[in-house]
Amino acid sequence: MNRSKRRAAVNAAGVLVFAVSVFPVFWMVSTAFKPNDEIFASTPRPLPGHATFQHFDFVLNGGVAGVGFFTYLRNSVVVALATVVVSGLLALLAATAVARFRFRFRTVFLVMLLTVQMVPAEALVIPLFLDLKRADLLNSLPGLTVVYIGFALPFSIWMLRGFVAAVPKELEEAAWIDGAGPVRTFLKVLLPLVAPGLVATSIFSFITAWNEFIFAYTFLGDQDKYTLPIMLQYFFGRTGNDWGPIMAASTLLTLPVIAFFLLVQRRMVAGLTAGAVKG
Amino acid sequence: MVDTATAVRRPPGRTSSGPARPHRRRRRRLGPYLLILPTLVVIGLLLFWPMIQIGVMSRQKVGNRQLAGEPAESVGTENFRQIFGDPLFWQSLRHTVYFAAVAVTLTLFVGTLVGLLLNRLGRRMSTFVAGGVMIAWATPPITAAIIFTWLFGSTGGVVNWFLDSLPDWLVGGNWTDFNWFHRPLTTYTVLTICVVWQSFPFIAVSVLAGLKSVPGELYEAARVDGAGAWRTFWAITVPLLRPIFMVLIVLSIIWDFKVFTQLFVMSGLANRDAFNLSLYAYSEAFGRLNPSLGLGSAVAAVLTLVLLFVTAAYVRVMVRQGETR
Repeated sequence: MNRSKRRAAVNAAGVLVFAVSVFPVFWMVSTAFKPNDEIFASTPRPLPGHATFQHFDFVLNGGVAGVGFFTYLRNSVVVALATVVVSGLLALLAATAVARFRFRFRTVFLVMLLTVQMVPAEALVIPLFLDLKRADLLNSLPGLTVVYIGFALPFSIWMLRGFVAAVPKELEEAAWIDGAGPVRTFLKVLLPLVAPGLVATSIFSFITAWNEFIFAYTFLGDQDKYTLPIMLQYFFGRTGNDWGPIMAASTLLTLPVIAFFLLVQRRMVAGLTAGAVKG
Repeated sequence: MVDTATAVRRPPGRTSSGPARPHRRRRRRLGPYLLILPTLVVIGLLLFWPMIQIGVMSRQKVGNRQLAGEPAESVGTENFRQIFGDPLFWQSLRHTVYFAAVAVTLTLFVGTLVGLLLNRLGRRMSTFVAGGVMIAWATPPITAAIIFTWLFGSTGGVVNWFLDSLPDWLVGGNWTDFNWFHRPLTTYTVLTICVVWQSFPFIAVSVLAGLKSVPGELYEAARVDGAGAWRTFWAITVPLLRPIFMVLIVLSIIWDFKVFTQLFVMSGLANRDAFNLSLYAYSEAFGRLNPSLGLGSAVAAVLTLVLLFVTAAYVRVMVRQGETR
């Protein structure tokens, strides 16, 4: 095979991979805009013939059990943001300890982080349900947030550690010599330099909390407390195959995450590879 | 998601220039312990304590009366005797293991191929395809499950329509009303496609990061020596990416072993025939009018133990690769 033919074959494979990756999401969005007769037509068409907003209208205006979509959106955003802020702060402290100090039990701590990352939420949901019940935090967004913080923390530390270690130590030492105390050094030298890593880590915790299903499904009882994934599951379970509104709701849940992902794609990959530079 | 690129990026034998500088030693004292204290409290309360509770509760009767505040009564090994005597437990375990085996193999196969492809594509094309692949990765599990239920639906589902439009000698006829979620085997087929679609991007991106770290001279040398693409792949790429594959395989096993959300959406708690371990545990604990958190904990304990064994392999690989240094 000559060169240009091979090039064309590789590119064709690339287009195929792209198509397969994107198709389900494309189909979701396309269905969300189709009127019902097109959704259930015996020969499906790729794009809506007469695009309509009726399904979005239905979802946004309290079509899901009378609670407005924005209540669910607010619940999801509040829980995810609180998770990001608290786990980010705790992770930054711990990552600094691990990347900047050598102390007894440091290796034990690191191995523990690796291990607890893998503990199945599907198992822990049972005792955590009881614990939250005892603490009177069942059916409450703060209770849910606390659990999310615990689950987002180990990976956040692991990821941030690489970013902290990548900051040249000499900078901090220079600050020390110039008479800055530990707090000032941290705020004025380390924090600004670690900020990109903090952003990447925050995105991971945000998506973890935004997508989470099993805890939210188990802990939340009242509809006005539901996060978006639980709203979607509830709606899906109740309406069966009313695909127009279901796909509209799915689109509203999914597109922010995808936009986020694509927007910070570079940084995400940078985050994944950032561990490469470490102490 | 865990960073695996480190496994590849770090050139062998690079000495750590990190924490242990002699003149720092004097200042260590309490500092690091105070910094990790909040983390220890959070992880202890939310991950370790519940793990212990699973062990305790798996030997107790915890039902409605206990939920109402009565103390739990110990039942010894009765819970385990009960689940090991339940054919549904063994069927769920079989489903879990078979599914993980198939899904992990497919994910790694597809992911590696796509990683290699991304590496061969031109820069613009590579960014374009990687963008598409990211979309599959970014889709939340709950929506992925719902979308695939719709794609494989029996009224208006695009997959059945497509299969029907293929010649009958190839795939058979009468697909229009085929119900994929009627039997465990077909349910798991859809589940596998859905999970592989979501998880191959992570493998592809990791493999790509690994490939980028392989020095070009090696390939150059192989070409000069007259090695073909196939030979180069097996003699250079595979051995160099071995560490990354170890991590990816173990992570994939752990993730696919406990899949819950997707199966929950596609098949649900009512469809006991299609349970895997996660769903079985959940159903025992919460899925009935008279919940039995003790029985659920016994199943959860089995699930956790299996995963801890796999995790031990993971930790070993990571420690060996110097990740905890």
